[in-house]
Amino acid sequence: MQEKSDHSIITVEHVSHAFGDKTVLQDINLSIAKGEFVTILGPSGCGKTTLMRLIGGFLKASEGKITIAGSDMTLTPPHLRPVNTVFQRYALFPHLNVYHNIAFGLKLKKIPEDEIRKRVQQVLKIVTMTDYEERDVDTLSGGQQQRVAIARAIVNEPEVLLLDEPLAALDLKMRKDMQMEIKAMHKKLGISFIYVTHDQEEALTLSDTVVVMREGVIQQIGTPAQIYNEPINSFVADFIGESNILNGTMIEDCLVEFAGHRFECVDKGFGANEPVDVVIRPEDIYVFEKLDAAQFSGQITSSIFKGVHYEMMVTTPEGFEIMVQDYNCFEAGETVGMRVKPSDIQVMKKERLCNTFMGTIVDESHVRFLGNTFECSDTLGLENGTEVKVKVDFRNIVLYDNEEEGMLRGVVSFILYKGDHYHLTVLTEENEDIFLDTHDIWDDGDRVGVSILPESIQIENE
Amino acid sequence: MIKKILAPSYLGLLLVMLYAPILIIILFSFTEAKVLGNWTGFSLKLYASLFEGGVTHSLSRALWNTLIIGLTAAFLSTVLGTIAAIGIFNLQPRAQKAIKMVNVIPMLNPDIITAISLFLLFVSIGISQGYTTVILAHVTFCTPYVVLSVLPRLYRMNPSLYEAALDLGATPFLALRKVMLPELKPGMISGFILAFTLSIDDFVVTLFTIGNEGLETISTYIYADARKGGLTPELRPLSALIFITVLVLLIIINQRAVKKTNTKTI
Repeated sequence: MQEKSDHSIITVEHVSHAFGDKTVLQDINLSIAKGEFVTILGPSGCGKTTLMRLIGGFLKASEGKITIAGSDMTLTPPHLRPVNTVFQRYALFPHLNVYHNIAFGLKLKKIPEDEIRKRVQQVLKIVTMTDYEERDVDTLSGGQQQRVAIARAIVNEPEVLLLDEPLAALDLKMRKDMQMEIKAMHKKLGISFIYVTHDQEEALTLSDTVVVMREGVIQQIGTPAQIYNEPINSFVADFIGESNILNGTMIEDCLVEFAGHRFECVDKGFGANEPVDVVIRPEDIYVFEKLDAAQFSGQITSSIFKGVHYEMMVTTPEGFEIMVQDYNCFEAGETVGMRVKPSDIQVMKKERLCNTFMGTIVDESHVRFLGNTFECSDTLGLENGTEVKVKVDFRNIVLYDNEEEGMLRGVVSFILYKGDHYHLTVLTEENEDIFLDTHDIWDDGDRVGVSILPESIQIENE
Repeated sequence: MIKKILAPSYLGLLLVMLYAPILIIILFSFTEAKVLGNWTGFSLKLYASLFEGGVTHSLSRALWNTLIIGLTAAFLSTVLGTIAAIGIFNLQPRAQKAIKMVNVIPMLNPDIITAISLFLLFVSIGISQGYTTVILAHVTFCTPYVVLSVLPRLYRMNPSLYEAALDLGATPFLALRKVMLPELKPGMISGFILAFTLSIDDFVVTLFTIGNEGLETISTYIYADARKGGLTPELRPLSALIFITVLVLLIIINQRAVKKTNTKTI
């Protein structure tokens, strides 16, 4: 978490937001310093755009407080906020030419005409669009429209510039150029930028601070290096860059076991034998031929040239698949040794060890949870209607291709490869998440049937 | 080969049947004969007497009434319809669908039903029949058409435009005036023209809501005239002129539509 200081230009405190009964933001706390470049990063539907719209004033927060430049602006309408926005699809006014688009905000402020002209010319210079004043906005290319949109926002000299996926509609080459230009502009203007994107590379390239969001909750706030090197959980590790995420056990402080071997690491403060998630970046694994110096070994199964490095998949005798990146090429079939530095092993607390649902006992062999009644081998002799906690191990949940076959229906919403199995999140029709481990390959968005075996349902009395 | 001859001649026959009555009226507006069907040589006298107002003072009076009612009703329904369209556009999708259906019902409803219901409504709430009631009645059946011509503009508009205006410091009212209205203007103009032609064209609703204080529009005048026996000859040039006016308006609307799709494809 960032420290709240007097330098912060925007603070967001305990902000939650819901559309109808669907919560899209949950208890968001964020503080943005003057002149900082903050990127809000997350997959689509994570609430990043909603957060930006709350700051811009296009939505009113259901709960919480938003302070801009020292005053509470939670309920202030957008036209009174000292922020300006660059919209996703530019939103230039089609009936006005470039000059009048940019002058729009200044004219509303009743600024004298000659000063407006001066300032418009100034910002056109910043976005390198001098000479385009009289052009119709429809005749401009995507990149040019983007520049005009930025010029239209910064000409008002806002305290904060909000950018909502501004480069999403541009092609790759153009996007790279614009990234550099936006970064340079930020330096020149000295105001805070809040940049919303789903592109992790863009976030790492541009920002001072990255805010990673998922399903309306902030996962991690940190510098690009922190986010990359010390992801706080497996979601962040998986979302940012390539990574090997494996199940592990913390034997003791600075000693972790995973993939069938024990490794020295630098993480402390976990319980003895606590299950953990381990993240190793593919470029942090050293690959070589000599096996005696190796911490563990494996056989190369595939090797792909990626320009600067080779990306290779290694299968260990214990059955774990690990991705490594190295400048040297090893052919498929070769047996290699591998080492990892203790500081390159990132150990993360597991978010959960099994599924936990709230349920009620129906009779001595049935329990009701997730909007369905399940057979259960042991109900502890509890009375009907007792509220209980239901625990189900990740491994004891069965998925079916055919939605009709399961007791529940759901959609695969998140897939994490754990080296030797997949950890899946399935969103049920009742909007509950079920977590499970499987060896089968599923795709994001697959519609599945879900079943839970009677003997794997554990009941705990509240 | 046969197809090549038959298809155009079938189309030609159809068009002749459709337009023959109008063509006859136009043709006989250029002759002086009192009875329709007698050709007594080319003359523009009927046109002249129509504008002199000497023949029938009440006919030109009716023409003015028609124009005033048409313009007022078109103006009011454009304002109402545009506001309604913006409202409908901002509803939840399900409510939107429902309201759009409700909007179409008055268009499909038989005129006579609309006429009787409006008549009963005005009588029961005690508005004396005259200009007010006719204009109100015309606004009622014109507004749905305006809604339908403004809505597509809204759907095509970038939804962020309004927010962009707010973001740049415009109050909601200024954002509506400076950004939304210029965007909706083409739809509003089409809607206005459509409403105007519908209004000058209407007979049934007008007849039921115009009262008997001597207020006449072209359509009720002609009806009354015909019932007295024999049409005033000046009606022939008048009909011709109205037909040409409506034709021109329709061409304008169509041209606008063509232009719109063209700029869109470029």
